[in-house]
Amino acid sequence: MSKKLLTPEELVKDLKQAFKSKIKDAKIERRAVGVKKKERTALWLKADKESLHDIVKHLKNYDYPHLAVVSGNDLGKTIELIYHFTVYYGNPLQEILINISVELPKEKPVIPTITDIIPGALVTEREKQEMLGVKIEGIPDGRRIFLPDDFPEDVYPWRKDEKGPQKMVRDLYEVKK
Amino acid sequence: MSKMSYSIPIGPIHPALKEPVMFEFEIEGERIVGVDFKVGHVHRGIEWIGTQKNPLQILPIAERICGICNISHPIAFCMATEEAAGIEVPERAQYIRTITAELERIHSHMLWAGVAAHEIGFDSVLYLTWRVREKVLDLIEYLTGNRITKAMFTVGGVRRDITEEQYPKIREALNYYKEMFNKLKHVFLDDKTVRMRSRNCGVLTKKEALELCAVGPTARASGVKKDVRVDHAYAAYGDLDIKTVTPDAVTGEAKGDVYDRIIVRLLEVAQSVDIIEQCIDNMPSGDLVTEPKPAKLLALLRKAVGEGVGRAEAPRGEVIHYVKLTGEEHPYTWKVRAPTYNNLMPWIPMLMGEQIADIPIVAASTDPCMSCTNRVTVVKKGRVDILDHEHLHKLSVEKTRRLMQ
Repeated sequence: MSKKLLTPEELVKDLKQAFKSKIKDAKIERRAVGVKKKERTALWLKADKESLHDIVKHLKNYDYPHLAVVSGNDLGKTIELIYHFTVYYGNPLQEILINISVELPKEKPVIPTITDIIPGALVTEREKQEMLGVKIEGIPDGRRIFLPDDFPEDVYPWRKDEKGPQKMVRDLYEVKK
Repeated sequence: MSKMSYSIPIGPIHPALKEPVMFEFEIEGERIVGVDFKVGHVHRGIEWIGTQKNPLQILPIAERICGICNISHPIAFCMATEEAAGIEVPERAQYIRTITAELERIHSHMLWAGVAAHEIGFDSVLYLTWRVREKVLDLIEYLTGNRITKAMFTVGGVRRDITEEQYPKIREALNYYKEMFNKLKHVFLDDKTVRMRSRNCGVLTKKEALELCAVGPTARASGVKKDVRVDHAYAAYGDLDIKTVTPDAVTGEAKGDVYDRIIVRLLEVAQSVDIIEQCIDNMPSGDLVTEPKPAKLLALLRKAVGEGVGRAEAPRGEVIHYVKLTGEEHPYTWKVRAPTYNNLMPWIPMLMGEQIADIPIVAASTDPCMSCTNRVTVVKKGRVDILDHEHLHKLSVEKTRRLMQ
């Protein structure tokens, strides 16, 4: 690659310059492994949900961002989505894992799709819709992917509130003969 | 849909795969013009089950996510939990983790090579590769006590040592693979028929591989240099001399077809042998686990608050686990992402424009065990013909025979 690789610190600085207060929290985590104690780096960012789309677009300035997966948490009042990207792969030990967390209010859990930037995000976005009950705006294919067609409409397996799967769970020892 | 096209659903029964896949093909004559898939027929809710158990109880579940990647999933889960709880792993344990992970890679790639040969009608090569694979399974059984589920890992280390008395048997097996490598290379790469069936078949361009987030040998065969072991060191990989394998090392250019995927996997077997040798040559001494008493370890994990991501390079590509601990008995969240998840979308460009007889080899080339396609229904003008796996396989074998004439 001809482009100069930024260090994690430079990358955070650049992102903060471009997005200012939209990026609330940035943490660089390094972990040394093996005998030689070589380090791998991860970035944890907290971002505004409105600016997520632009941040992903901005990541393209560094490298084609490889989306590993989107994971999610039910945090009570909000739903957190964490986008796990990697940039600078192909450069030994210089890859940076970028975890971007966004929080969506439960009353209106809507976030724009990023499939227009990374088409491969479709599978994981479809999964988030059915597992967490978030709405991905502009998703090209909104069908279910892992859940069966006869699964109830308003139950979301990863939710911890009344929309969670708890009422579908039956403990065998409680079943009467 | 044009007037002449009809659709073929394939699947969803694939007993060998974690996620059976249902394909729906749009066919014009022999050519595939549309691909759709449905997954999740055996979604077991493992991530949800995990949030009802403590981390040590999750380990056996993580090991059973996939029958073949039974090292990659526990290693990724352990790393995520260690990161969340701030646990350091002893150096010796990191080396032992690396050795077991590479043994897994050898056996998985040999298994795949046999399946690929079977798909194009070379059953003699299937028997050869699976006989060769037995050697590594014997070694795994000798080192870990089991051929498949090895139960080697715990949070903060490993559960069994690899001692110096065991080195001669390891070296013997590694030498066996070194001797066999050239033979296998000749069988797969120099054979005219294998080349005819796999060259320019199921092409995934570099651009498509990037856009569709492909991982593992599927991405590397398309020229995307992405390998967690090299880029984002974990376990002992940071200490070792390893390079990302791409097919241009052999052919000078990465085309991203089935042939290139064969090259990548073959070279990775040789690389794994080399990695294990480096590990046993430089094995550090020391502890196997940070906290050997399970009750104490659990008490520590119960107090931990934090989140972590564990990434490991499985034979099929990157495995990533996300764990969130909130100071309770059970993890708050556990997210598992297996490599086939990311290699679903790349199937679409690979299969477009290919022939029906190419479905088995192209679908199998990302290593999801599509060979277990059980049933095909052909819907044509309201008439339903049911074709089974044997028929689809026969079509593939016939194509090979035609090419050989």
